[in-house]
Amino acid sequence: MNILYDERVDGVLPDVDRAALLQALHERWPALEVLHQQEELRPYECDGLSAYRTTPLLVVLPRHIEEVQGVLRLCHERRVPVVARGAGTGLSAGALPLEKGVLLVMARFNQILHIDPAARTARVQPGVRNLAISQAAAPFGLYYAPDPSSQIACSIGGNVAENAGGVHCLKYGLTVHNLLKVDILTVDGEHLTLGSDALDSPGFDLLALFTGSEGMLGVITEVTVKLLPKPQTAIVLLAAFDSVEQAGRAVADIIAAGIIPGGLEMMDNLAIRAAEDFIHAGYPVDAEAILLCELDGVEADVHDDCDRVRQVLEQAGASEVRQARDEAERVRFWAGRKNAFPAVGRLSPDYYCMDGTIPRRELPGVLHAIAQLSSDYGLRVANVFHAGDGNMHPLILFDANQPGELDRAEALGGKILELCVSVGGSITGEHGVGREKINQMCAQFNSDELTLFHAVKAAFDPGGLLNPGKNIPTLHRCAEFGAMHVHGGQLPFPELERF
Amino acid sequence: MGNAADFDDSAALLEQVNQALENATPLRIQGANSKAFLGRIGAGEILDTRSHRGIVSYDPTELVVTVRCGTPLAELLAVLDAAQQMLPCEPPAFADDATVGGMLASGLSGPRRPWSGAVRDFVLGTRIITGHGKHLRFGGEVMKNVAGYDLSRLMAGSFGSLGVITEVSLKVLPKPRQCLSISLPMSSERALQRLAEWGQQPLPISAACHDGERLHLRLEGGEGSVTAAHDRLGGELLEPGYWADLNEQRLGFFNEDQPLWRLSVPNNTPPLALPGPQLLDWGGAQRWLKSAAEAAFIRKVVGEVGGHATCYSHGLLDDPFQPLPPALLHYHRNLKRQLDPRGIFNPGRLYAEL
Repeated sequence: MNILYDERVDGVLPDVDRAALLQALHERWPALEVLHQQEELRPYECDGLSAYRTTPLLVVLPRHIEEVQGVLRLCHERRVPVVARGAGTGLSAGALPLEKGVLLVMARFNQILHIDPAARTARVQPGVRNLAISQAAAPFGLYYAPDPSSQIACSIGGNVAENAGGVHCLKYGLTVHNLLKVDILTVDGEHLTLGSDALDSPGFDLLALFTGSEGMLGVITEVTVKLLPKPQTAIVLLAAFDSVEQAGRAVADIIAAGIIPGGLEMMDNLAIRAAEDFIHAGYPVDAEAILLCELDGVEADVHDDCDRVRQVLEQAGASEVRQARDEAERVRFWAGRKNAFPAVGRLSPDYYCMDGTIPRRELPGVLHAIAQLSSDYGLRVANVFHAGDGNMHPLILFDANQPGELDRAEALGGKILELCVSVGGSITGEHGVGREKINQMCAQFNSDELTLFHAVKAAFDPGGLLNPGKNIPTLHRCAEFGAMHVHGGQLPFPELERF
Repeated sequence: MGNAADFDDSAALLEQVNQALENATPLRIQGANSKAFLGRIGAGEILDTRSHRGIVSYDPTELVVTVRCGTPLAELLAVLDAAQQMLPCEPPAFADDATVGGMLASGLSGPRRPWSGAVRDFVLGTRIITGHGKHLRFGGEVMKNVAGYDLSRLMAGSFGSLGVITEVSLKVLPKPRQCLSISLPMSSERALQRLAEWGQQPLPISAACHDGERLHLRLEGGEGSVTAAHDRLGGELLEPGYWADLNEQRLGFFNEDQPLWRLSVPNNTPPLALPGPQLLDWGGAQRWLKSAAEAAFIRKVVGEVGGHATCYSHGLLDDPFQPLPPALLHYHRNLKRQLDPRGIFNPGRLYAEL
């Protein structure tokens, strides 16, 4: 099924007089940069999920919050959809433009406004890169914990909009756990402060509601994050296993021993080989699975935990347990994992990264089912897994130049996500729904639940002008999508007519 | 884990909500009613959640527990304790029979909050009976889940005004191997200064309270870090029961002779010039004030430093929670109207307008 905005099932969008809108923008905000030529618009036609592309109506690149407010007010008056975008690194097409919508690029708001070491906070503009916050905090011995793999490039506004994760979530939490305050503009340009510089605020926890809301409820204009003291020391253990079951059991045993590692990652054989071939991290290429276990904190504790984990890994049947001897080797062990995506990319012209989560105990069964699906669809799948928090990233290898392979990859990906839902997991752990997983939302939520999501949206954006078509599918889309997925002879959404 | 009283009574709760929707009867949702002192005085027919109780699932190695709302908090904590695990946010109970639903609806957290996170930070999923008379599921039993809006965390601290929470899945963590409490004599100015310095260092502090004369600290972690921190900080050993007494407001400070206020402020706010004794908790981010001063004055002083003030003395004020700015109140009303269109869930409990 075509994933691009389809007015037939996603809702009719208002028709926009492009020339008049352009003129009004020029008149009201003469200094505002507006892109409107075809060749200028092209670089903005996709985000990090480049398989889906739409040329936006216009692109605006404001430098002042007043301009953002002006653009929102004008678009609200004229009923023009607005899609906000940060660095454009998102992997779920959450910032995919609309032909009938303005793309509001927040990347130029890239100032770190204040680092307060005593309060352990950083107040930043939304276009500041994730890693830049930690770099600015480093002189004070502090850092910002969430570290999505795109942290060199991704911006904090996007991190908030997607509730971004990373490899240290089990111990340090997601974006939502590391925020104090977010300033937003509503669809009609009204300013709201959610959260505060204190640890809580009166009223509903709108900060939690907005985190991960994918630009559907407001536009983020400023973010205050919490900073943590840098762990004194970090040790990485690499353990090789002859089966993924053993590796999965080892993960549960580590937790059962009362240890919460800073990072706990698993890779399967195809991913190990790809990473080793690319990075030469020293991975055991014959292992069916490896675990990377990082222990961080105060030196004495880390050494104690390291001895305990080593024992647990050996008892769980690891064929080999290696400790990074020095910082260089620790970085190399991680480099293999952190470059697993591009490494797998070298095996195949294209790859498609999934983001499902599962209860950890379901891992062996899910990996077997993925292997079966992989052979059914004739496409290879490499598996990397945030084993500590149950977030899987199966990478489907395909060649978009071969007719039908992209469609097969999408279909296989959809099956994998439905598999995650069926074992009690979720279709997305950290990449977001965006446009990419809009159909699988129909598998995770029933029509009443989706209706309540639409009610939340209506509380903030009754006209549906902010990022229409993302995050929450219409019931009509689910009726159409669901028609292809008959469960036990019963159609989901029986109350809706089929197209 | 099983208990003879465990029972899935959600059908009856749903039935009562549907009746209330039909008759437009406001409902006062309550468990043990242990947090009735907090917030505005509710009105309406009582919806008692205590028959819907029991732990639905708990696998310690998954670090997730799923519990029905009417389950006594003490029962949940005992089950976690037996597996050497805990709810790191240390929710106060305020009564022996306080329920898990009340814990979530009030969203209150204990001394470990600045270091571990609040109740909302441990919420992974909920089941809710909505204002449309449906029993729905949001979030789940996995650590990471960004599908759809985060309605589960929104429930924390909403005082039942957006729906009936029937079930919650919570992230739990292993208990620290070592725990040691100390007390050091110093002024409150000095204590705030020291806490700001220590906060930038990897010290295993998990609670910090200043009572006007002494700074009480709890150290938690591995044997090595706790011993090293104790050697460095010195101080007298403190009875560990202190923290529960602080959390449950059993310390002498909380004896009611004047109105009690909770001030939530940025952690490095200097001592606030307000009449009446103060107790600094949460490393300075939560301050308890006993004062007969005017509410408007207290809120003005606290507001100027970026904080807010809640009156804990029941029935004293019509607005125990700090009033919201008009724009924010507008969106609170919109949200309430969307999720509870007939206005049956705890109307007026949080604010008169909701």
